[in-house]
Amino acid sequence: MGEFEVHRVRFFAFLPSGVRCLARGPALALARLDGALELYGPTASGFQEKAIPGHEARATQALSWAAGGRLFGADLGGDVAEYDLQKLRIKYTVDGFGGPIWSLAADPGGTRLAIGCEDGSVKLFQVLPDKIQFERSLDQQKGRILSLSWHVSGTRIVAGSINHLRVYNVDSGRIVQRIRVERRLLSSHRRECVVWGVAFLSDGTVVSADSAGKVQFWDADKGTLLETHPVSSSAVLSLAVSEEEDSLVVGTSEGAVYQFQLLPVKRGSTESRWVRTKPFQHHTHDVRAVAHSRTALISGGLDAQLVIRPLMEKMHGQGYEAVLRKVTFPHRRLVSCARKARLLLFQFPQHLELWRLGATNAAGRDGEVLPVSRDPEHLLQLKSKGPDHICCSCISPCGGWIAYATASRLHLHRLQLENGSVVAIQRVPKLPKLLCPVYQLLYSADSSRLFVASDQGSVHVVQLLEPGGCKHLQTLCSPSGTAEAVQLLAVSADGDWLAATSSDWAINIYSLQQFKHHCTVPAYNCPVTAIAINPATNHLVIAHSDQQLFEFSIPEREYTAWSRGVQQHGLHKDWLERDTPIAHIAFNPRQPTQLLLHDTHMLCILDKSLPLPDDNTPLNNQAFLKQLSVKARRGHAHAFKICKKYQPLLFMDLLDEDCLVVVERPLTDIQAQLPPPVQQKKFGT
Amino acid sequence: MVAQEQLRVVRCGGSKLNGSRAAFSADAKYLLCATGDFVKVYSTTTEECIHILQGHTNLVTGIQLNPQNHLQLYSCSLDGTIKLWDFTDGILIKTFVVGYKIFAFYCLAGSDDSGFVIIPKNNEEASDSFQLALVRLTKAPGQEVETKELSLILDDIDYSPKCTAFGREGEYVASVRGLHLRVYFFKKKKTHSFPLSARTVKGANNYFTCVACHPKEDCIASGHKDGKIRLWRNFTHKKEYTFSAMHWHHSAVMDLAFTVEGTNLLSGGFESVLVQWRDVSESKKEFLPRLGSTIEHISVSPDGTLCCTSHTENKITIIQSNLRVSAVIQGLVKGSSVKTGLVVDPRTKALVLNGKPGHLQFFCLQSDKQLYSLDIVQQEYINQAGLSQTDLVKAAFSAQGNWLATVEQRQEKESDLELQMKLWVYDEQMQSFKLSTRVNMPHEDHVTALCFRDTDGVEDGIPTLVTAAKDGRFKVWVTVDESDTDKQSVGWICDFVGSYHNYQADNCCFSEDGSLLAVSFEEIVTVWDSETWDLKCTFCHPPGKTWSLCFGRLSCSKYLLGTTDHGFLCCWNLLNCALEWSTQLGVIVLQPDPLSENIAAVSCISEGSDLFVFRPNEPRPLCIQKNVCRGKVQCAVFIPRNVPETVGSEKYQWLSRSQLYFLTETQELMTFSTKSPEMRLTPSSKQLASEESLPMTPFYVLLGKHREQQQLKMDADLGKPVVHSHSTQSSPAVKELLHTPAHVLPSATFLCSIFINSLLISKENKSNGEVANEVEMESEKAEDESDEDIDHTAMEEDPKLTEFWGEMTPKLSKSQEKELRKIRKTDFSWISAL
Repeated sequence: MGEFEVHRVRFFAFLPSGVRCLARGPALALARLDGALELYGPTASGFQEKAIPGHEARATQALSWAAGGRLFGADLGGDVAEYDLQKLRIKYTVDGFGGPIWSLAADPGGTRLAIGCEDGSVKLFQVLPDKIQFERSLDQQKGRILSLSWHVSGTRIVAGSINHLRVYNVDSGRIVQRIRVERRLLSSHRRECVVWGVAFLSDGTVVSADSAGKVQFWDADKGTLLETHPVSSSAVLSLAVSEEEDSLVVGTSEGAVYQFQLLPVKRGSTESRWVRTKPFQHHTHDVRAVAHSRTALISGGLDAQLVIRPLMEKMHGQGYEAVLRKVTFPHRRLVSCARKARLLLFQFPQHLELWRLGATNAAGRDGEVLPVSRDPEHLLQLKSKGPDHICCSCISPCGGWIAYATASRLHLHRLQLENGSVVAIQRVPKLPKLLCPVYQLLYSADSSRLFVASDQGSVHVVQLLEPGGCKHLQTLCSPSGTAEAVQLLAVSADGDWLAATSSDWAINIYSLQQFKHHCTVPAYNCPVTAIAINPATNHLVIAHSDQQLFEFSIPEREYTAWSRGVQQHGLHKDWLERDTPIAHIAFNPRQPTQLLLHDTHMLCILDKSLPLPDDNTPLNNQAFLKQLSVKARRGHAHAFKICKKYQPLLFMDLLDEDCLVVVERPLTDIQAQLPPPVQQKKFGT
Repeated sequence: MVAQEQLRVVRCGGSKLNGSRAAFSADAKYLLCATGDFVKVYSTTTEECIHILQGHTNLVTGIQLNPQNHLQLYSCSLDGTIKLWDFTDGILIKTFVVGYKIFAFYCLAGSDDSGFVIIPKNNEEASDSFQLALVRLTKAPGQEVETKELSLILDDIDYSPKCTAFGREGEYVASVRGLHLRVYFFKKKKTHSFPLSARTVKGANNYFTCVACHPKEDCIASGHKDGKIRLWRNFTHKKEYTFSAMHWHHSAVMDLAFTVEGTNLLSGGFESVLVQWRDVSESKKEFLPRLGSTIEHISVSPDGTLCCTSHTENKITIIQSNLRVSAVIQGLVKGSSVKTGLVVDPRTKALVLNGKPGHLQFFCLQSDKQLYSLDIVQQEYINQAGLSQTDLVKAAFSAQGNWLATVEQRQEKESDLELQMKLWVYDEQMQSFKLSTRVNMPHEDHVTALCFRDTDGVEDGIPTLVTAAKDGRFKVWVTVDESDTDKQSVGWICDFVGSYHNYQADNCCFSEDGSLLAVSFEEIVTVWDSETWDLKCTFCHPPGKTWSLCFGRLSCSKYLLGTTDHGFLCCWNLLNCALEWSTQLGVIVLQPDPLSENIAAVSCISEGSDLFVFRPNEPRPLCIQKNVCRGKVQCAVFIPRNVPETVGSEKYQWLSRSQLYFLTETQELMTFSTKSPEMRLTPSSKQLASEESLPMTPFYVLLGKHREQQQLKMDADLGKPVVHSHSTQSSPAVKELLHTPAHVLPSATFLCSIFINSLLISKENKSNGEVANEVEMESEKAEDESDEDIDHTAMEEDPKLTEFWGEMTPKLSKSQEKELRKIRKTDFSWISAL
């Protein structure tokens, strides 16, 4: 496998933000507690395709897709916002004039939005091509409106409030039904019962989920209770119904998710009943958001996890789609490494941290822990200005430049280091205005240039000047004229080539000598998760979210023979069923045939010179190989050498020929930062 | 008949009640339960056994009411037959011979001529795989019908009847085995299989233990080893099936049952808690805790008012629908080992042995019923594996049954032994034993024997108890008066401690008159004077330790008998202190009969055990019975009969006053009987019970009224109604005529003469003494010959007959009477042959 000295870093105190709401539409939209928005692909790959960074003052409470793939969000500031999904920012906001907004729902046609406000009013907005316009307000009642659901006809809305469910007639704006939701028969009536989720089924049945832990089915016409299912001793927080309305999913504050199914009582009879079927306990804390796709149950909780649980009965056989996926960490780069200076830059929502790696002067054998002669040191904390969260950051390989960007502006800092400690930090003034918005930052290998990924498929090249200045050299534009933003950048070690990936999954290669478009990699209909250019051969290695790997020769403008071989042979089944995407690709300078890849759960060295494994041999065979003699080992070795020692892995890079840095963030550390979960009696304790 | 008398070893009650699911009759008045080779019919209100349906020759494995006729019962047995019974009258209607060992039988409401049986594959003894097959229950006439026509439904299923269940209206059958649930649909003729994963994450154990089907909906409930209950729905689809899990039990779910309408689900297991899942949902459950021991089977009555649970401690609890226990049918509790041995309570003549943990059970063998259970340890029994519990190891009664001594012990490690001796006095008012004295650590080591002195013959009459222990001592305990001014009480203190060269004391025994005490110390038997506690003499029969010791009785009281672990049986004469005789028989149990000189010895040399009954003064044994059972006999006891039985043969005279019971290795209680099996079961108590619990049918009301009127009339007419009614009821011919089922009776013309004859007798009774004697003899004989059909009730008596009798008899002339007498003397013993 090759031996490396590994810096095992655990001082990145990153805390992912909890999931607040989910909305299914053309893509799965997810809003976090810090106001960040993430978009997951329609395929069940669980890859974060797009992300809009959060905002200090924005606490999104509800998301809804409207006609034409437009996404709206409502927040506690009382604004309804439309998101620009190409420029990855908020297009505009409209004040709801009803205090904090708790709920938002688009009508079945996607032409009207209903919002539920703190003051107890339900307001309707009309979705116009370029804005939304206030239409009317329905009868105002006491108590905040926490949940809303439209009937499929678009003429009725059910609203969940405190202790009440109300059905509104949209045309008249009147309440046609008022249903009181009791807390418990025996408990005191003084404690209120909050209806956290409602759903209006097409047959006129209303489903409610409330803080007393009940899921109830009501007849909306008569206002009578049909069925009660006590689900939890604490609150039921979220509710979602499948499109066929034969299955629904609820999330509770104990972290459990339950599925209900509408099942026929007898074979052949029309009578059917809602039955609680499967419980899932993937979360430790409140499940604030659930969604029900055709083939999967999706839940998001305060423990910042997004869980996609496929429904096996809807799946056709085992495979890539039928795997449980847990998304805990963002699929963006949060750590950057200055290889030469041995510095790590950690990106937090509102500040950056600069750390110097520790060092050792001992040497040891495989698996040994070396004594640290110099402790890692926290050099610098850089706070961003303004309410916007940082969207990307980067440190130059020499460690002399730090750049970061928020939604509104780009910051560039000149750092002076001496003996590995910061002597001075100086902000570079007067950055060119045209550089914004910024989606990704990258320095060239010799730290002389900064590449800024921008919207409409363009990349700006900035020349860095000593001592602390810069000059805009050139803007590289996509020949296809896409409207999407550039997401990933890769520069070759010799500084000749730049590869850029935009959100529409096209990969363009530019020549930096002529500042000209060189070629486009043949389209593959899956998001790109990582790209890198091999320093030895100038081959571009591409990892896709469906776990496919490609190698593209830039000089020859075609896929390499190895890449074709991989496509012909097919990758190992276990490799394809991994549930996190490849986050970073690096190269071993000593062995040009070796690639270093990592995802959240493993570190892999891919040796192109060795044969690919087939489905019958185990993919992860390192432990097995260690038992064999050197000779026998050669016969059993295959291209994938996997190490699962470091988990969960946020970042991995090669510092020099035989020195590796890995950044871990143990889940227990994250859970320790969360509030204590709901107390549950465990049998036998 | 007397000449054919033969000694047989018979099972005498105490058989398992919990072997299979019990069944209720349609009106929930009777509980039917398979025990051993019989089916017992109990009344659910009085807990009395009303009928015993016997006819199977091997273990009855399952019973089910006939869905077509709720007065009939199907039973299946390992003897390969299915029998159809009329359980209200206790009559066997039909026998279907299948020819395979049948492990379970199911019958559906929809199909009246077919049933389902679980049989071993290829009919092999050791076969591990079983199959469910359809069997045709042909309507062909005749008592015994062969049904060899079997068609396979499901292969490779579990043999337990709990692992297969039939669904709503017999549309499907669900069977579980290992990790698979299989559902076979009769209409589509298709099988769906639903596997569970074998992974044991978080202590999960998905193995199936039982299954039940919802009676109205498409829902299957399955129990699992880890205590989960899964509810399967939508299983008509191969792929889109779904299940939900409910978890309360912490160990395996032993049985599941839906109530009749399917609104509730009942489950039970090791926790001995009956759980009722209302609306079959996890959040609404109700519990009936403290049912005593593991619930093995649950069944519900067809009218929904009752359910019953069968427990491991051989008990059936009948529970009302509001989860209140209404009745308990308790059989003989069979623990893992009977440490106390078999003891007889002199007061009730009940068999006393270990019952529930820490309890002493009093079991009445005549009625096959537990009288009561005495809590000796008086500690909560904690249901936990690996916990060492306090055990009751010894019990002894004084001769009159006034005193009971018990010893309990608890040993966690080798070194720390907790011993406690308790002395209980019988309280006449409470009709039960009351704790009198508790002695902590009566000895330093295990108590090996304890016995009371028979105080009848002694003047001072102080109750005396002797305990022998492994610490090399025997202690004599006597009562002292500890009465206060206001309270009378008696306590026990240690009066004398004896030892012999610090050898372990193994046995102790008082002579019949209480004047001598024999204590064995390993190889040496010592004899002590019980007045002065002086050592009188010693006996020794080396090599070998003494195992058991007893004095002879009555005319043989000069003999002391002992057995050694080398198999010698020695008899010493106490007058000349010499060994009278000895023999090597390999005797393991030595038991004297308290009412005679007889002593029973059971030897075990090779496989089986042999019984010898002898008198110490006679060189030849009275009776030798070879191979009474397989394996070693654990313990034996003579129980005095209430009424001495007449035994024809001289050889079996020893059985006349008391009966010998013994316990085999497999914890089966056996006894010896000379009667044929049909004659054995004639307890009078049953008759009473059956009369009480007979249903009040309109027919009964009508007849009863009629008879009452009749009697009143007779009262007025004759003034001697008692005699009349007595004579009519006791007349055996009438009895037999009236109580034999009509379909087995010969033609009426044939019976007429006998019948009329029998009616004549009562008349003779008054006038002619000689004839009366004859009649009495005859009636005795007839009684002997009468079969087990003892369910005589006044109900079936035809009132017209008495009327007839009243009018007819005076008209007969002398010559006619002579004629009739002649006819009467004709042999009608053929009735008994029926």
